[in-house]
Amino acid sequence: MYATEEALRHKPGFGQTLREWIFTIDHKRIGILYLIGSLAAFAVAGLMALLIRIELGSLGPTLTSNPGTYNVWLYFHGAAMILAFQIPALTGFLANYLVPLMIGARDMAFPRLNALSLWLYWAGIILALLTFVIPDPPDVMWTGYPPYSLKTGGNTAFYVFTVHLMGFSSIVGGINLLTTIFYMRAPGLKLNKLNIFVWSTMGAFVLQLVFIPVLAAAVTTLLFDKYLGTHFYDPANGGDVLLYQNLFWFYSHPAVYVILLPTIGMIFDIVATFAKNRVFNYNMVVYGGIGGVVLMSGEVWIHHLFTSGMPDWIRIGMMISTLLISIPVGLLMIGLLGTLYRGAIQYTTPMLYAVGFIFLFLIGGLTGIPNAMTAIDLYIHDTHFVVAHFHYVMAVATTFAIFGSVYYLFPKMTGRMYSETLGKIGFFILFAGVNITFFTMFIVGFKGMPRRYYDYQQFPQLEGLHHIITIGAYIIGIAALLILISWIHGLIAGKKAPDNPWGSKSLEWTTSTPPPPGNFRELPILTEEWHPYGYGRSK
Amino acid sequence: MNEAFAYAERGAPGQIPDVPGGWDHLFGEMLIDITIIGILFTVITVYLLIRYRRREQGQEGNPPRLTTAAAIGWAIIPAFIFMADDFYLAAEGWTLFNEYRRVPENAYEVKVEGSMWSWHFIYPEGVESFGELRVPAGTPVVVRMTSKDVVHSFFIPDFRVKQDMMPGRMTYLWFYPKAPGEHLITCAEYCGLMHSGMKGMIKVVSQDEFNNWIETEKKNNNT
Ligand code: HEM
Ligand SMILES: [Cu+2]
Ligand SMILES: [Cu+2]
Repeated sequence: MYATEEALRHKPGFGQTLREWIFTIDHKRIGILYLIGSLAAFAVAGLMALLIRIELGSLGPTLTSNPGTYNVWLYFHGAAMILAFQIPALTGFLANYLVPLMIGARDMAFPRLNALSLWLYWAGIILALLTFVIPDPPDVMWTGYPPYSLKTGGNTAFYVFTVHLMGFSSIVGGINLLTTIFYMRAPGLKLNKLNIFVWSTMGAFVLQLVFIPVLAAAVTTLLFDKYLGTHFYDPANGGDVLLYQNLFWFYSHPAVYVILLPTIGMIFDIVATFAKNRVFNYNMVVYGGIGGVVLMSGEVWIHHLFTSGMPDWIRIGMMISTLLISIPVGLLMIGLLGTLYRGAIQYTTPMLYAVGFIFLFLIGGLTGIPNAMTAIDLYIHDTHFVVAHFHYVMAVATTFAIFGSVYYLFPKMTGRMYSETLGKIGFFILFAGVNITFFTMFIVGFKGMPRRYYDYQQFPQLEGLHHIITIGAYIIGIAALLILISWIHGLIAGKKAPDNPWGSKSLEWTTSTPPPPGNFRELPILTEEWHPYGYGRSK
Repeated sequence: MNEAFAYAERGAPGQIPDVPGGWDHLFGEMLIDITIIGILFTVITVYLLIRYRRREQGQEGNPPRLTTAAAIGWAIIPAFIFMADDFYLAAEGWTLFNEYRRVPENAYEVKVEGSMWSWHFIYPEGVESFGELRVPAGTPVVVRMTSKDVVHSFFIPDFRVKQDMMPGRMTYLWFYPKAPGEHLITCAEYCGLMHSGMKGMIKVVSQDEFNNWIETEKKNNNT
């Protein structure tokens, strides 16, 4: 493998020149560049969230008197958080950095393709950021429903091309990762000894490869309709408005599992490491939990269209299939709790984030049930209740998993330890902030407040609650700053990290810190007894 | 197919079901259900987190070995418990959904056309109004809707109903205003600049008052 040999010839060490980073084909550096991009997207999109919350903090115009400006903030917040922060942080940063190390490979199967996928992603970020430069920024929300996205004076093409770039990047990355997992495992690493994170990444990329083309079709036809005069979504000429919503959610519901799977996979790995315990009922978690989610993810999308005007029978059918998703998700929860049972739990910062995840995901998952019940959803659909649901279950829970993973991998990536005190302070403030914000949002939604509202003159009684939500948003902002400070502090002043500070059995911790080019001085040889979760008596 | 689902009714024909009451009841039931599950999981999690904290450096987990039977049991039994709860909720939800979709006989039918950013009501008598929908108390009302431009959503929080309206398709919802009063209508599908200002009012008046209003409006139209 020519490219891998080239990677091996790279100088060891952290990479001192910009050139070394820009032209890198080393999966670890590519992973870190993904991380930098996604954290930058998180910062800008987070700032937008704060502006949105300040605007809603009191009745009437607050920050801007132009609802159009607010709509652009909201568009950017949603689209960037999903497309430029969460998916790339999970399937770009974590998958790239960890999968080759976890399976004992020297690099990805196609290192140059990996660099392509990275730079497509960065192009996507830059395109997304141009939102703030062009005179007619997109204002179509992350869902881009026509006919609004066709009639708006906003530049829908920027939305479409951002989706294209992120989609290409993900397809290229997916082909690379699946090949790597199937063909580049260390000798003796059988499939039933893969880390849960590797399994869940595999599931996520299968979903991406199957469903992204559908999203691409949806947004591309949008482009054709708007700029080339086709009539896919124009009922006056035989088109159909609902076609788009179906195509969009046929991808975007599975996309929430593209986010969930690597998230929960990382949580399994963190919990197993800090509980020094085997993963409870490994086969149930992999085949029942991850496999179940992958298989069921394509059969529930109508739950986003309960009020759209779809036929009654399909709404009933997908109410049932959506409720049944609680089975694989429930099995994953049982697997997590079982992994705590008779463990020896050590409360480091990453473990606190994992525990935080469990509670957030529990609340988010359970509030999916009212959304799933068609009749109940006829009232709460498109209210803040749904916004609260998906922030708990996805937005915030996954952010906890990503932050926890950054702390978890910090010693391995940088060769330095972060400060536990700073890390823990950041965690507790963040946990308080997100609960103040998003729990209150359930109440506001339950009282009937629709989402994507610039103002709420018709609900003046909700101003007090909105005020509380905005205070929560400030607290989240402070926590995010503290977390950033703790990372910078660790980078500059952190103690030198040992190779395996957590005492993990998993392969990524068996190599030196930071791992050399080519990952392992000598490729690991795995015995019959070895298992990534082979702690204690369960060896 | 559609009919079979929508008209699988419960209750005596002709009797008008109390949809908002049914919604509140079912939401309450569901809330109890998920609260119990949530508390159960929370208690177990907190117990495990405290009971199995590390006591000394270098300590490792010490779990019992899972026999094959236990492993299968731990997958199948919870799966069936979750499934039972799912089907229970699905059955309740289905029943209520049918009430939502089955328009009572003799409902008063109004057409609504949404456009950026207002509602246009057309009454069977040929009368029209903008922003304010006047209906008689004591008669169920069915609203048939479509849109002139983009997707909007006709949302009446008080009656627990919501339905999108869009060009090229006709959709409907119904509600039952029992007593005179006012109820907010507010748009629930993002439709651009004034989405949050796209509101209206349902004015429920007595049958007599309503008849008078229709007559006056008709005259106004003719002159
Ligand atoms: C058992 C678990 C779950 C159930 C039953 C469930 C159910 C639902 C339903 C029915 C909706 C549509 C509500 C509406 O728009 O009125 C919804 C929205 C959403 N859910 Fe979930 N969900 C579950 C788990 C998840 C997970 C795991 C994620 C992501 C990791 C997720 C992310 C979302 C998102 C992003 C939306 C809103 C999208 C939008 O409208 O912009 N959900 N959920
Ligand atoms: Cu969904
Ligand atoms: Cu609207």
